[in-house]
Amino acid sequence: MAEASRVVRERPTSPHTTIWRWHLTMATSILHRFTGIALYGGALIAAAWAISLAGGPDTYETYKAVMGSILGKAVLFALTLAAFYHLGNGVRHLTWDLGFGLDVKSANASGVGVIAFAVAATLAVWVIAGMTGAL
Amino acid sequence: MAEIRLPKNSRVTPGKHWPAPQGAGKVKTFKVYRYDPDSGQNPRWDTYDVDVSQCGPMVLDVLIHIKNTIDPTLTFRRSCREGICGSCAMNIAGRNTLACTHGHEECPGDKVSISPLPHMPVVKDLIPDLTLFYAQYASVEPWLKTETPEPQKEWAQSPQDREKLDGLYECILCACCSTSCPSYWWNQEKYLGPAALLHAYRWIIDSRDEATGERLDELEDPFKLYRCHTIMNCAQVCPKGLNPAKAIAEVKKMLVERVV
Repeated sequence: MAEASRVVRERPTSPHTTIWRWHLTMATSILHRFTGIALYGGALIAAAWAISLAGGPDTYETYKAVMGSILGKAVLFALTLAAFYHLGNGVRHLTWDLGFGLDVKSANASGVGVIAFAVAATLAVWVIAGMTGAL
Repeated sequence: MAEIRLPKNSRVTPGKHWPAPQGAGKVKTFKVYRYDPDSGQNPRWDTYDVDVSQCGPMVLDVLIHIKNTIDPTLTFRRSCREGICGSCAMNIAGRNTLACTHGHEECPGDKVSISPLPHMPVVKDLIPDLTLFYAQYASVEPWLKTETPEPQKEWAQSPQDREKLDGLYECILCACCSTSCPSYWWNQEKYLGPAALLHAYRWIIDSRDEATGERLDELEDPFKLYRCHTIMNCAQVCPKGLNPAKAIAEVKKMLVERVV
């Protein structure tokens, strides 16, 4: 009976995130989620812009001062990057949903492609903004 | 829900170190997950300095060498040693694979970690409890379902229709894919996981099967199928080179096609 009355300890869960060696596709997937969340914040910033416009010249000047500061610009730069990444990876997901590019080689290549696109498009937007004096 | 941290009873503590014997040839260090259910203690990482010139090329050879010559208490599943039984599936150097077909030379770094398939209840050492995994496989009813009377001989199939099963029937149910999937880590009570879904698709596209509609109905669920977010870990790790992500995408496509 000693056997039957022995307390059974709950089984431990084997390690997962701490031991996993990441694949590019795993990184691009979680980055899609993170950039999506960041863009919700971006939508709030855009809404604040409209609200500050409605609030008259003084509030608008304040908004411009905040977003025009180094920190504000850094946030906007990060949001540009997030928007282009999310856009590019969204298209990648659409092609997957159509059944294309799902082999490992293509998925890795399209992951590199999307990251390259996001970086290039962000730089292009900011260079154009700089040249037109919008910064 | 995603629980990034391991529960209290699962946190791995530092364990014993087993140095290489005197006069050892080529030494490689293996960090192995150990859990003894009888000890009442948390799991631990034991490190073994193994003279790899004394054993075969595969990680399974190393494990057998450790068990035979260093520490007989090390527990793991193995059988065929040729990648067809799926017993020795485990996480090696951060990726799920079969210990018998994965060479220790292929592992990056000078310390190779070996742990059970991720986010599974551990029975002992490298042995996970796969009860749920097998139940999920059974839930897709992996057998031929027909309405029409049985033919005199076998159910015939054209070579073209047979070809559709290539890349699916080869699955050995080692569970490398399902336990590589973060969606499966966080929702394994509700999400069927790549292996079961690959098998579901294998029967859905079988030209001889006559329960295609029911099978698709069964999968049309926010969790069972749609927890797949195309993270692709399944296809990245499959030791048989299969692509569950592709199979799942095909099922999703069929579900859309039948309503448009």
